[in-house]
Amino acid sequence: MPTTTVEASNLGKRFKDTAALDGFDLVAESGTVLGLLGPNGAGKTTCVRILTTLLRFDTGTAAVAGFDIAREARQVRRRIGLTGQRTAVDELLTARQNLVLFGKLFRLPKAAARERADRLLDQFGLTEAADRQAKGFSGGMKRRLDLAASMILAPQVLFLDEPTTGLDPAGRREVWDAVSGLAADGTTVVLTTHYLDEADRLCDRIAVIDHGRNLVDDTPAGLKRRMGADRLEIVAADPADLSALADIVAAVAEGEVVTDEGASSVAAPVKEPVAALTAAATAVRDRALTVADIGLRRPTLDEAFLELIGEGTTKAPKEDR
Amino acid sequence: MTALAAMPDETLAGRVKWTLHDYRTIVGQEFTHLLRQPSNFLWQLGFPIVMVLLFVYVFGSAMDVTGQGAGVDYVAYAMPGMFAMTMAFGFMNTAFAVADAKEKGFIDRVRSMPMASSAVVVGRNIADTLHAAVDLLVLFLIAIVIGWRSEGTFWETLGAFALLLWLRFALIWVGVWIGLLVKGIEQAGNLFALAFPFGMVSSVFTPPELMPGWLGAIAAWNPVSATATAIRELFGNPIAAGGSWPEQHALLAALLWPLVITAIFLPLGVSRFKNLSR
Repeated sequence: MPTTTVEASNLGKRFKDTAALDGFDLVAESGTVLGLLGPNGAGKTTCVRILTTLLRFDTGTAAVAGFDIAREARQVRRRIGLTGQRTAVDELLTARQNLVLFGKLFRLPKAAARERADRLLDQFGLTEAADRQAKGFSGGMKRRLDLAASMILAPQVLFLDEPTTGLDPAGRREVWDAVSGLAADGTTVVLTTHYLDEADRLCDRIAVIDHGRNLVDDTPAGLKRRMGADRLEIVAADPADLSALADIVAAVAEGEVVTDEGASSVAAPVKEPVAALTAAATAVRDRALTVADIGLRRPTLDEAFLELIGEGTTKAPKEDR
Repeated sequence: MTALAAMPDETLAGRVKWTLHDYRTIVGQEFTHLLRQPSNFLWQLGFPIVMVLLFVYVFGSAMDVTGQGAGVDYVAYAMPGMFAMTMAFGFMNTAFAVADAKEKGFIDRVRSMPMASSAVVVGRNIADTLHAAVDLLVLFLIAIVIGWRSEGTFWETLGAFALLLWLRFALIWVGVWIGLLVKGIEQAGNLFALAFPFGMVSSVFTPPELMPGWLGAIAAWNPVSATATAIRELFGNPIAAGGSWPEQHALLAALLWPLVITAIFLPLGVSRFKNLSR
């Protein structure tokens, strides 16, 4: 039975005359990964800082791991891990020294801190690098060490603020694997990101935030579904063929056919994507037309995101940025 | 995972015990740094050493601090000045370390942990004071090699040592405050422009008497001068003090100034630290 591990309602936070959070709600169920997705300045980091007891808030209530973040901050701190935007490891220390240091600061007895460090080094694939100074680590390794440090007390909830920003593709993959592994072991993860592929890959649910307000809360698949049907697109090899191609697309379309002169393409939503593609390809061959490309386009999370953000912007007149 | 259950800290005694434990852990971390980067430690001492060589061997020969002619007893005059100056510039190390911990997110991580978050600041303070004591020992040895001697008794010499650390301790709060105030490490790097006149417009290398009147007055009232003059008294080194109150009551001034600095900057630093959550 799903229980909620993070529950916030109507969170509000103002910095001088800007509302960073403006009645924001958030729910994360136990053992799931919740993505906070939004453009820069949307309020993602403010939200994480509030939920991790780093920042006071003006309105609303929030509970993390069953404890009120305002009144029971110490209880909350025992049950959360935080990995911020910058890797907060001590680069002069070795990986092992870092983990032992944080273990001690989490007030584990010395022997337990050492033992925990060993286990985390193993879990995050850092055993071989354990006795090297962290400053020589790759971005992905530093991040994994950072994650390991926030996992010392095996927290119920792990907060990650843009965990892969600035990492190369290999580093991002390392971090993704580590995060997936933690979620599979039952840790509830709340992460912020502005990478849609990251949200798509890691998250069970995505809360889209802009101007400190909820735009949408849905699964990645649900977000894409909001974008409607798949589209059939044909790119002409010769722009003179565009009108003929538009006829072919119109024959299988389930909506308006859009001709883009600049891109020499015609596209339209289709209901039976594979049948439509086959029919269109056959028609192209029968009329002996040559095309540069023909294919189905699935709506991406990027499109869903941009459309949502666009909506949000027109709905809510902006104050300033 | 019972092994991972943190020790209870619900009672007052438990909290005090754990807070001290956290301070010790942070101090231990600082000393691991020192052992990891001995070159860094030496670089930090490089500046006062270069200043001493410059003043003793380049400018000093032209300075008449004792009234007995240019260059006479200048080493004995300048060495206590250098000790005081090194303590004065130390606040930059503190500011830099605090700004670095803030920028790297180390302070945020610690604040999100079930530990005494004051440990970042207090642990830093203890570590910096101990670090300064090590600095002083090294500088004493260098001074002795150059030919400086303490003419005071053992207790007077020890008292001078304590006064130097007392100044350094007070300036740590200035460093903490500035470190939390600045935007990042780069800004902290610009502090030298502030530190240099603070350290140099003083009796450290030049008697205020030799400066233009207004500048001499500033130098005479500079906390660094108070400590420099007081330790010259204790070391039995030439003093070259003028008639102003802090120069006439150097020991008292050297005790009071750091107290005043702490009284101002300790609350400022603490409020800055609390402001992090606003």
